[in-house]
Amino acid sequence: MDSQLGLIEQSFNNRYTLWVHEALDELPDSFTITDPSISGHPIVFASRGFLKMSGFSRAEIIGRNGRMFQGPRTNRRTIMEIREAIREERPIEVNLLNYKKDGTPFWMLFKMSLVFGKEDGRATHFVAVQVPIVSRKHMRNSGMSYSEDGGGSRLREIVFGSCRREVCSDSLLDLDRVLALDSDDTGLEIEDSCEASDLEKRKAATAIDNILSVLTHYSQLTGRLVCGKRCSLPGMGFISSSLYISLGRIKQSFVLIDPHLPDMPMVYASDAFLKLTGYDRNEVVGQNCRFLNGVDTDTTVLYQIKESIQTEQACTVRILNYRKDKSSFWNLLHISPIRNASGKIAYFAAVHTEEGCRNQDRHGLSLEMRQLSAIGAIKVAVRSLSMGAGPSKS
Amino acid sequence: MLRIKRVPTVVSNYQKEETEEAAAAARRVSGCGRNCLNKCCIQGAKLPLYAFKRVNKFKTEMGVHGHEVREPEPPVAFLDSLVLGEWEDRVQRGLFRYDVTACETRVIPGQYGFIAQLNEGRHLKKRPTEFRVDKVLQPFDGNKFNFTKVGQEEVLFQFEASEDGEVQFHPSAPIDVENSPSVVAINVSPIEYGHVLLIPRVLECLPQRIDRDSFLLALYMAAEAGNPYFRLGYNSLGAFATINHLHFQAYYMALPFPIEKAPTKKIISTGSGVKISELLNYPVRGLVFEGGNSLEDLSNTVSDACICLQENNIPYNVLIADCGKRIFLLPQCYAEKQALGEVSSELLDTQVNPAVWEISGHMVLKRKKDYEEASEENAWRLLAEVSLSEERYQEVNALIFEAIARGDDANGGVAESVIGEADAKPKSGGEVDAINKNSCPAMVSGTPECLVLHGSRYCGLMIRYCFYKLASAMTY
Repeated sequence: MDSQLGLIEQSFNNRYTLWVHEALDELPDSFTITDPSISGHPIVFASRGFLKMSGFSRAEIIGRNGRMFQGPRTNRRTIMEIREAIREERPIEVNLLNYKKDGTPFWMLFKMSLVFGKEDGRATHFVAVQVPIVSRKHMRNSGMSYSEDGGGSRLREIVFGSCRREVCSDSLLDLDRVLALDSDDTGLEIEDSCEASDLEKRKAATAIDNILSVLTHYSQLTGRLVCGKRCSLPGMGFISSSLYISLGRIKQSFVLIDPHLPDMPMVYASDAFLKLTGYDRNEVVGQNCRFLNGVDTDTTVLYQIKESIQTEQACTVRILNYRKDKSSFWNLLHISPIRNASGKIAYFAAVHTEEGCRNQDRHGLSLEMRQLSAIGAIKVAVRSLSMGAGPSKS
Repeated sequence: MLRIKRVPTVVSNYQKEETEEAAAAARRVSGCGRNCLNKCCIQGAKLPLYAFKRVNKFKTEMGVHGHEVREPEPPVAFLDSLVLGEWEDRVQRGLFRYDVTACETRVIPGQYGFIAQLNEGRHLKKRPTEFRVDKVLQPFDGNKFNFTKVGQEEVLFQFEASEDGEVQFHPSAPIDVENSPSVVAINVSPIEYGHVLLIPRVLECLPQRIDRDSFLLALYMAAEAGNPYFRLGYNSLGAFATINHLHFQAYYMALPFPIEKAPTKKIISTGSGVKISELLNYPVRGLVFEGGNSLEDLSNTVSDACICLQENNIPYNVLIADCGKRIFLLPQCYAEKQALGEVSSELLDTQVNPAVWEISGHMVLKRKKDYEEASEENAWRLLAEVSLSEERYQEVNALIFEAIARGDDANGGVAESVIGEADAKPKSGGEVDAINKNSCPAMVSGTPECLVLHGSRYCGLMIRYCFYKLASAMTY
């Protein structure tokens, strides 16, 4: 876990410098910043306001995913809406029920926006602002307040009339008791839905502007500029943040190769691959995989691989590969074509397993099964994520 | 007897034309040589076994006493890996009739984002078979194709509850013929990657009808896979199930289904905490079930609703989404309309049979013309034909709510009576007519005596349902 936290700090500082923490801490608002390119789409920054509101400490939040604040009464459809906004890389504003550290639920206006790399057009970070909603009314179900008089008692009259007075008790108290069966089992009086006021919405909008302004300013210091809107179209070999997030869930060592680019470079490498081979991400992405081969690598195997790729077939080979430190290992390599929603091949996936590693994982899945499951997960991700119109251009 | 002619899809490589099948069976003496699941081949057969953990309470992200330690973003869950890995294995062994990932698919621009796929290979060019569509419950017929006839290589693994409350996996476990296992098999004509069939207690040869146990199994599978993009679906007979052997379907689609995006309006919460809403602004009318104090509560509520529909001969489809946390129940009448000749030929020509996936918004189209001209408007028009009319839908809902209230009450435990045991002689009909009868159909149709006998939960739920109906009536 430490290495991941180190990764998080490093990547954030590389983009914005150390000083950005101080500047962000000066903002009074509650907000979090997440990084889709890191496996798990974790929170990389949480403001002082957020820590105060949620009751968590920084250490308990950094590195974890935003779903940790959801709970049983969080509206499932709203969760889906947020997930889809992330997938489509577009801003969203919803009313959301979250839970504090002590378990109390609370309503807030959740406003999420993106930060894009100025040069490459990639979504680098998601910024989420949370404005607590001060509830005014006790809203229920269809919006009727049972505890009010007037309308409430008229309805009781009607119901009694049609439900035969002698069957349902005459006492209004009993009716209330019966209706009260609808309320939360845990005894927490929380509304089913909530609307933010205009004031709260303005607060959220201002907060987003301030944060973006800080991030833009500090990115200028490192030269790795960002902006609030996508300014340039992502180039060739572009992997959207949603594909990153999906691929990041696959724990095996694998890479994605783009056969349409010159020299068929690697466009994605999993964390496990970097660990296996000892390289850093920026050393390998954009390179052809041949750097894994060395003096004793069997050329007939290389030919076999090349032929499989040309005939668009899957293949499994045993090949001698080399790490960054020049040490060698036997690699049980499985390569498969990966098609996107057009039905045509978008990538080749290469899954690596070091021979001699534990043959079965702790669940008992065999090595072959694990490799194949990685291929399956990659196929689903690439196919599904290319079905839509693609990331929004604005 | 209403029948339609349809070209069914083939779900197994061992599915032959029924007449062929009968002839082969007549010739067969012993052993069929196909390595199937029947008595002839099953002795000594082994399959991987996934034993899932029975989770009784929904785990909250954080307990009331402080937060649980969880992974930042859960890696691909184990069951997920198993399904994907085994499926990819069968792909590479050439067991599928075509490569579904080579089928062009796109999201149709529009408000809901219907998903259209061009799949010319899914439907065979065979002569159509006749399907009886006017009875939702039909007895199992061993002569017809059923899942004991699939080859063992088409079965991926057994899926059972674990004995000791922990997830267990056995890469090769014998099949307990005495206690028929539930299995997961491939669909050789997949709609999407990972298209599988969940067959509860396969050797018991249950007909296509939902019961509490089988529905719970399906929910456990959804929850265990832990992937909101792995959804399960069910089609009753008369709602485009083609095989009368109890089964659910599932596959991966990492996109929201249009039906999941539709707004909903809460109707009530049951005594066991299940929230029931109705779908708004969607071409097909239906109910959405969420929540529940436990997975079992949610499962039982939905099962009771399904059983009620079955017993009233109303065809329906069920979509289990969001890792089992949101369940859509959609009564339909398209097959009946088709048999009665009430569907326009334009719609019939698309040969889209609106089963659960189509209703959810995923359309598999056979003709290039339909694929290229696919629009949200067309999709909406087709699905609108599937839906029950508003009037019929309300009638069906009343039946469902009554069934749920009875089931809820049965589980209610302490049935203290808000209602007195005193004599329940009805007053004159005048008071009953004080309000439009249709707003409380169940109440009016029941006799005063039987209302007295029901416990407070039943009454409470029905009263809340009445309130909802009254409020809706007053706002329109």
